Amino acid sequence: MTEERSAVVVRDVRKSYGELKAVDGVSFTVAEGEFFGILGPNGAGKTTTLEIIEGLREPDSGEVTLLGESPWPRNVKLLPRIGVQLQASSFFEKLTAKEQLQTFGSLYGVSAGTAADMLELVGLADKANEQENKLSGGQRQRLSIACALVHDPDIVFLDEPTAALDPQARRNLWDVLRAIQARGKTIVYTTHYLDEAEILCDRVAIMDNGRILALDPPAVLVRGLDAPTHVTLQKGAMSVVDASALDGVEEAHENEVSLTISTRRPAPVLSALAERGALDGLQVRTATLEDVFLNLTGREYRA
Amino acid sequence: MTAFKTLSLAMFKGFIRDKVTLFFTFLFPLMFLVIFGLILRDVGADKTRIAVVGDGPIVSALRDSGALELESYNDENAAVQKVKDGDLPAALIIRGQQLDVRFAQSDQVKSATVVGIVNGFVDKANLAATGQPPRFTFAAEKVEDASLKPIQYLTPGILSWGVAVSAVFGSALTLVSWRRKQVLRRIRLAPVSATSVLSSRILVSAGVALVQGAIFVGIASLPVFGLKLAGSWWLSIPLLLLGTIAFFALGMLVGAFAKTEEAASAAANIVVLPMAFLSGTFFPVDQAPAWLQTVSKIFPLRHMNDGMLDVLVRGKGIDALVVPAAILVGFALVVGFLASRVFKWEE
Repeated sequence: MTEERSAVVVRDVRKSYGELKAVDGVSFTVAEGEFFGILGPNGAGKTTTLEIIEGLREPDSGEVTLLGESPWPRNVKLLPRIGVQLQASSFFEKLTAKEQLQTFGSLYGVSAGTAADMLELVGLADKANEQENKLSGGQRQRLSIACALVHDPDIVFLDEPTAALDPQARRNLWDVLRAIQARGKTIVYTTHYLDEAEILCDRVAIMDNGRILALDPPAVLVRGLDAPTHVTLQKGAMSVVDASALDGVEEAHENEVSLTISTRRPAPVLSALAERGALDGLQVRTATLEDVFLNLTGREYRA
Repeated sequence: MTAFKTLSLAMFKGFIRDKVTLFFTFLFPLMFLVIFGLILRDVGADKTRIAVVGDGPIVSALRDSGALELESYNDENAAVQKVKDGDLPAALIIRGQQLDVRFAQSDQVKSATVVGIVNGFVDKANLAATGQPPRFTFAAEKVEDASLKPIQYLTPGILSWGVAVSAVFGSALTLVSWRRKQVLRRIRLAPVSATSVLSSRILVSAGVALVQGAIFVGIASLPVFGLKLAGSWWLSIPLLLLGTIAFFALGMLVGAFAKTEEAASAAANIVVLPMAFLSGTFFPVDQAPAWLQTVSKIFPLRHMNDGMLDVLVRGKGIDALVVPAAILVGFALVVGFLASRVFKWEE
């Protein structure tokens, strides 16, 4: 029953290039309308997994069902229902933003008017007549997402859409991605930014060395980690000895600028600090997906 | 709009907005046409001029025939001096019934021509004077021979070369750049057939070839260059289209092997330039050694050149298209098949 409502079903997919096991037994399902993230460092196998689902590559073994059909070999019936944004910005030479959209749209038999709507959606309406090579990195990225959406697909695959963007452009793009999800599309996307996945995704799969290490909503992953919360105060707000004595504190240490308290029960610690009026420079840092990654792989996350 | 129409339009826009491509498609071949056309304008065009002293029936006959250009002198010494100075190859001196030819020893070919022509006219006059009917008759008729005026020769050659260059580069560079930028992959993910993508690109190349033809022929026809088109010029249109397809296929083969645009460009040059020289784009191959002429027959450009020459300036009919057309089609099929075998969607 659940499989009927699943947009993507991946079962034990494997793909090797010579000795390298790029995808090593990956299984997951993506529900319709879900924002699904695959994250991991470069070389984790994210892109290959995506390409297998899109029908660009044949898996060595395993099974993929996309919107109820097999994407391999090239399934022309399926193509109008999927939108794919590729890693490189793939555009036609010397065409303006609007002409790119019209040309890609025509490959799907979409009317030329859709181009204007798409430019509006990704916030490029004022750049309609600019040639693609004159756009900034963020604008190109948004244009390439618009090209993936121009034929109104049910499911959209985005491969590292925010890579190599400055922080402002990344945040602009997040709004675009949320707007796409609000239109009822299923989104499968890869990223190596853990913070971003935490904010955007309904569920994330953390990949490393071709395997999925964990798969859950980001909040569940973080909570499941049972990592301590770090409360940071200005140095001198309290002595290390007093801090260690507070109820619930596991550890306290001090450096030149601040005092850091680790706790798994932040509520009583914070109220105790408030009672003593020792809240100067207070910062609370809870565990993030980076801590989850560290915990899963035993090494620091490096994008 | 259909995918075919929009794709053609997109590629056409991409083509006319690219200044470098425009330069190499139109201006670059035109530069060769203009430079060679101007340099070679007067070569071999002149008739031999000789000095003439005195007049008579034979001089009149010579003048009417137009076989030689005659420069009249009143003074025998002045005429002979011209020959001594090397300004004229020979001087013809008439003293009543006696004709003397004084020729320059240095230019034996021209001198022999002059002596032969004058001798012929003298013999004819002598025969006529006897009143006997000639035992052997002889008629001479002008033939459009292989040694055409340079512009007549250059225009078809440079046109074929220009079309070959733009078709090879057009297809090779489009293929490589689309593969690198993953446009090919994007197309593969769309419900559109490879045939409509390929045919729309060929359509653009074919349109470019026709425009090249119109521009090159138009400029060569200007009075400065003086191209005279034969009545069968329109037969060059099918030849232009077949040539485009053949060289487009060659570009696809080059593009399948090249990884970068730079490599594709270099490879295309390595293929096209020697072929252009050996196929007689800039100078007639009939002046080359026999073995080289044989070698040149393996190039499709050689046959396209020959066909162009035949229909554009030699005025030959549709028969002249048979061999070039067959070779271009055969080449397109073989090379196109190879290209489809080695074609790669992605790097």
